[in-house]
Amino acid sequence: MVTVQLFASYAELVGSHSIEVPVNPGDRVADLLGNLRNLPSASLLPRTPLVAVNRTFASEHTPVSVGDEIALIPPVAGG
Amino acid sequence: MSRSAIVERTIDPAALIAEVSSPQCGAVSVFLGTVRDQNDGRAVDGIDYTAYTAMAEAELASILVEVEELFAVTSVVVEHRVGSLDLGDVSVGIAAAHAHRGAALKSVRYVIEEIKKRVPVWKLEHYSDGTREWVDPTARHSEARA
Repeated sequence: MVTVQLFASYAELVGSHSIEVPVNPGDRVADLLGNLRNLPSASLLPRTPLVAVNRTFASEHTPVSVGDEIALIPPVAGG
Repeated sequence: MSRSAIVERTIDPAALIAEVSSPQCGAVSVFLGTVRDQNDGRAVDGIDYTAYTAMAEAELASILVEVEELFAVTSVVVEHRVGSLDLGDVSVGIAAAHAHRGAALKSVRYVIEEIKKRVPVWKLEHYSDGTREWVDPTARHSEARA
């Protein structure tokens, strides 16, 4: 399992600032998002949100593993 | 020497200017983002800013590295505030100093445009009718194009 951080609108949709998601050895971001979609508590999240791994924007091919800092990034609105 | 930070306190534009100014610089350019009283035709009372602070600070630092590479400007400071802001409060302050105005102006413009694209900061607008909503620039753009 990895803890995925949630912010802003995504935290409101889930009702929490984090969510536990299963990962397996060799998994990539696409796999993580697939596992996330299977969780009832994540049903209101978009299907393909932006993901950050270790504080860097990731692609669907980016590897993920236990110990990584993972976050879903809603559309940014700074400034 | 450049510096960037996510802050919870008031942003002081004079302090930003003082931080980047030096006798070697003939130009100081400043941008301030402030809380506006309306958005998309709705009256706004205030905005709560929130951030993924660790990543936001990393992205801001990367942007300042790019400013040095692109414009040879090494004296830039940027602060983005989080928390509950009232109308007119400064949400983001940027100051850049250089020997000449062109590079200073370009640097400030670059920093704010990149913040808008990639720094994980979000705003929850509070409207005069008592409702509130997370701002989603991507949704607004797609609606505008439609």
